Amino acid sequence: MPKKRIIKFNEAINEAMVTAMNLNKKVLCFGLGVDDPKRIFNTTKNLKEKFGSDRVFDTPTSENAMTGVGIGMSLKGYYPVMVHQRLDFFLLAMDQLVNSAAKWHYMFGGQQNIPITIRLIVGRGWGQGPTHSQSLHSWFAHIPGLKVVMPSSARDAKGLLLSSIFDKNPVIFIEHRWLHNTTSEVPVKKYLTPISKPKIIKKGSDITLICISYMTIEAIRAVDFLEKENVSVEIIDLRTISPINYSIINNSIKKTGRFLVLDIGNEKYGVASEIISTITIKLYKYLKNPPNKITLPHIPTPTSFGLTKDFYPTYRDIIFEVLKMLKKKTLKNKIPVLKNLHDVPGNWFTGPF
Amino acid sequence: MVLIRVVEEMIANKYRENKMRCPTHLCTGQEAISSAVSANLKIQDTVVSTHRSHGHYLGKGGNVDKMIAEIYGKSSGCSKGYGGSMHLIDLNVNFMGSTAIVGNSMPIGIGLGLSSKLENYNNISCVYFGEGCTEEGIFHESVNFAITKKLPVLFVCENNLYSVYSGLNVRQPKNRKIHKMVEGMGIKSFNGDGNNVIDVYKLTNKAVKYIKQNNKPAFLEFKTYRWREHCGPNYDNDIGYRTEKEYLDWKKKDPIKNYIKFLTNKNIFKLEYLKRIDKSIISKSIKAFNFAEKSKFPSKNDATKNVYA
Repeated sequence: MPKKRIIKFNEAINEAMVTAMNLNKKVLCFGLGVDDPKRIFNTTKNLKEKFGSDRVFDTPTSENAMTGVGIGMSLKGYYPVMVHQRLDFFLLAMDQLVNSAAKWHYMFGGQQNIPITIRLIVGRGWGQGPTHSQSLHSWFAHIPGLKVVMPSSARDAKGLLLSSIFDKNPVIFIEHRWLHNTTSEVPVKKYLTPISKPKIIKKGSDITLICISYMTIEAIRAVDFLEKENVSVEIIDLRTISPINYSIINNSIKKTGRFLVLDIGNEKYGVASEIISTITIKLYKYLKNPPNKITLPHIPTPTSFGLTKDFYPTYRDIIFEVLKMLKKKTLKNKIPVLKNLHDVPGNWFTGPF
Repeated sequence: MVLIRVVEEMIANKYRENKMRCPTHLCTGQEAISSAVSANLKIQDTVVSTHRSHGHYLGKGGNVDKMIAEIYGKSSGCSKGYGGSMHLIDLNVNFMGSTAIVGNSMPIGIGLGLSSKLENYNNISCVYFGEGCTEEGIFHESVNFAITKKLPVLFVCENNLYSVYSGLNVRQPKNRKIHKMVEGMGIKSFNGDGNNVIDVYKLTNKAVKYIKQNNKPAFLEFKTYRWREHCGPNYDNDIGYRTEKEYLDWKKKDPIKNYIKFLTNKNIFKLEYLKRIDKSIISKSIKAFNFAEKSKFPSKNDATKNVYA
């Protein structure tokens, strides 16, 4: 058997870009810093050298207009991939996203479509604070006409980015910064991972964990301890926030009768609440327990090392909540503690962003 | 010009039949700009426009029947009833779309300009907007990018002095000259009388030549005036934000009347000949309204279509 190839999430993104740009000359890549020395955490590495400055270019700091430029290019058959190093800056482009990209196909009677992909990176830790760490996927998911994709593994990052680029619709592609250094097996060949289809990461029978983006990693970390406590968890990585095909999720919940949604967004009015309401309305009779969610508290992200200590939920919170839902007793101090400081993905990470 | 005038005035006359059930922004009085700018554009040149776009659409050669049907909300409309007066499109003549939020279509026009540049400057991208747009952040962003990237974009600013009911005095510093301001950003700019169709034609011609010779954008500012209210079929000189006298002064500058005077005085055309043209335009317009009235509404089931491509 050939040896499996393991690469990092950011390398997988880069590989998807190279693959897409080789496949179709109309694929473009632009955004502030795509050809700067840092290359968007290496995700746009070598693109300019390979494909030239007509197709890969840095831009003025004009988020709103540049989104419109991408839409205009889309109307002429291009597939623009735009990048923002932090999602928070993209908020300046809401008019173009909501009033143009999401509406164009609908408001002109289906005559044109906008196959634009917008890569947004969500920051975390090292004091990113209130305006460098927001995950506002719920905002985007609220807009009909947009697709919102949030992979959690290198393998899905490549396959889903390729699907997003060639999708006929505007796609918001959200990368959690702490995922960039995670690794998984990634095929060298081109492959398209379907948008809208959640993935079962691990099978189980007692409870379904529905995970969004980085929370998939925390869920996987919770498994060992829970298995030792004789709890069998099924982990579903949502992968796409909107639109969601619920069939895999529904089947899982019919089996387990319990579910917990793990979100990287704020507590209220979010995707976690949306999923809970959708499933509860439809599958009420299958539920053995009231569902629950683990999210960020409903406050802005604090900055200080001191203030952020309990801000981000971890596998410890998942374990605690799952055991509570299953009415199993455990002492919090029995749950293994974090190996790293709480504000970094690993001790190798020393910022700055 | 006459087609635009006739269509707009027919809309105004029939609007209170309550069959055109969408916000409608008429451009009566501003026809010279759409007509003379369009006369300088080729069919492959693209256009994007604003909420007040009937003139730009018709000037570019957009289908009249489909425009009126769209305002009537019919499935035979240019956007199949999904858009209304503020969202017109006719891809046959590269009228790429008009949108309703101030400044919204401008960067899309810039993107069309960039695609033209990547395809060897094969066409010009014309972007229409009002002076209110120059107060938006996206205006600065768009002009800056067009200059920086040397894009074949023709900016056409119709300065009609009002943003809804707000005059320039509350929106811009006294004596602001938009064409001078953008010149400071580094774009070639021209300004002229937007009610003088010959002036508009000549300046646009210069601007288009400049774009083609230099592969750079150009900017046109034309002063003009909308006769009717911001949105809807009425005159609103009585409600207090502008005066009857101001309106009458501008009415004296009626671009159509003055052009007819010019043509007949110089014996270029006889009045009878022009009247014959008017007649054919009027019957074309009546035909468009009949087409719209007879067309069907889309079915309510169509409302959930076209959300995703």
